[in-house]
Amino acid sequence: MIPVNSIGFKIVKFLAHILCWGPFGWLFYAAANAQLGGDPQDEVLHQLGYWGMIFLLLSLTMTPLKKLITGVPWVRFRRMLGLYGAFYGLLHLTMFVVFHLQFSFAALWTEIVERPYITVGMLAILGLIPLAVTSTKYSQRKLGKNWKKLHWLVYPIIVLVLTHYIWQSKSDLNGPFIYLSWMIVLLGMRLYSYYKNKNHFA
Amino acid sequence: TLPVGATSQDLSGDGLKDELSSEYVITHHNNFYEFSTSKKKPAEMAKDFKPGKDWKVAITGEIDKPGTYTLEDILRWGQVEERIYRFRCVEGWSMVIPWSGFELNAIINKVKPNSKAKYLEFKTLYDPKVFPGQKRGVFGMHTLPWPYTEGLTIEEAAHPLTLMATGVYGKDLPGQNGAPLRLVVPWKYGFKSIKSIVSIHFTDKKPVSTWTDRLPNEYGFYANVNPEVDHPRWSQATERRITDESFFGVKKIPTLMFNGYSDDVAYLYKGLDLRKNF
Repeated sequence: MIPVNSIGFKIVKFLAHILCWGPFGWLFYAAANAQLGGDPQDEVLHQLGYWGMIFLLLSLTMTPLKKLITGVPWVRFRRMLGLYGAFYGLLHLTMFVVFHLQFSFAALWTEIVERPYITVGMLAILGLIPLAVTSTKYSQRKLGKNWKKLHWLVYPIIVLVLTHYIWQSKSDLNGPFIYLSWMIVLLGMRLYSYYKNKNHFA
Repeated sequence: TLPVGATSQDLSGDGLKDELSSEYVITHHNNFYEFSTSKKKPAEMAKDFKPGKDWKVAITGEIDKPGTYTLEDILRWGQVEERIYRFRCVEGWSMVIPWSGFELNAIINKVKPNSKAKYLEFKTLYDPKVFPGQKRGVFGMHTLPWPYTEGLTIEEAAHPLTLMATGVYGKDLPGQNGAPLRLVVPWKYGFKSIKSIVSIHFTDKKPVSTWTDRLPNEYGFYANVNPEVDHPRWSQATERRITDESFFGVKKIPTLMFNGYSDDVAYLYKGLDLRKNF
């Protein structure tokens, strides 16, 4: 196992942070320089949501990776990727409220009630907030057993995220199928080990 | 402030106070699934798609003069003029576009429909070599059932607002905007304005539009712009008017009934329940 306190690992983690800021940096640059096509606000909205989903999926990929490729402390990236997921998700929601609804909370309410895919997306992002807030070592110690229970919520949340993503897509299901398959593999692996361990201890 | 000549006729009667959308956004924000489902990509991908005056259109069905005509033939029938129209996409964005084109009515008059001709069915070119978006995706699925098909009633088709466009901003239509010949029906959602037309069929049967075929509860035959009838997944009460490509070049404005062309077209739908016939 690569030691997590080594300089090498710290550099890798630093580079990972830079990569995670990449989409944000690019969007900021591109928006300021009219590089986002005809409807930049919409493009930023969609890209932020897309990256939120990708980082959540990546975060959930770390545990299975641990079993597939040993010797790398994959789990050390899990919290970081999850937090970037929440960060992009919250920016996505902020863009929606600021530019699409233009701070009209009456409109927000109508959207929530009448457009189920918006409701589903909102639930997912709001659900991420307590997870992000309690992602510190301190919270982990303080909450004890309940911390695991609380963070188990990431599974229903990722299902909501994928539902929102697929629901808003118009006709082309090729993209959504890629991410849906990814999620199914991730959840499938966990279900598999859950039942395997259950039988083992039975 | 209008760079290309104002409309030769102000058909909407409202003086078109709307600011013209920039040439860049009109030619770089395109729903043309034949190229890609991205709105940015068609401009890039259509670079080599430059059909000329030898483009063929099969005009068939319930008419006295069926045949395959070249664009050159067709252009002799109508008077090309500039028309500035609002353009409202069903997705909720809109632009103001200076088209050049001629009235579809010019074609109708030339080919002489008989009494059985109640509808016109249009088709876009099907050629996956030209349009990679017509190929199957990774999971073997088509993004839409091809070829793209649209339809109008003959009354809608013969309406003086209905245009066959051959250009935008005073230039020939770029590939991504539906070169060399496309329909423009300004009071309907943009997907009705079919691009790169290779066939016009006059028929007594109501055509099934591609989007209606794909998602019948979301996209209907009429697809008239209507702020009171929401899309099942989003509101149609407002629209995001795209003026230019800058970050704040988009403005949220209320959507108008029939996209602001009520005075001209509302009579076509008298007695029709627009909620049912969406």
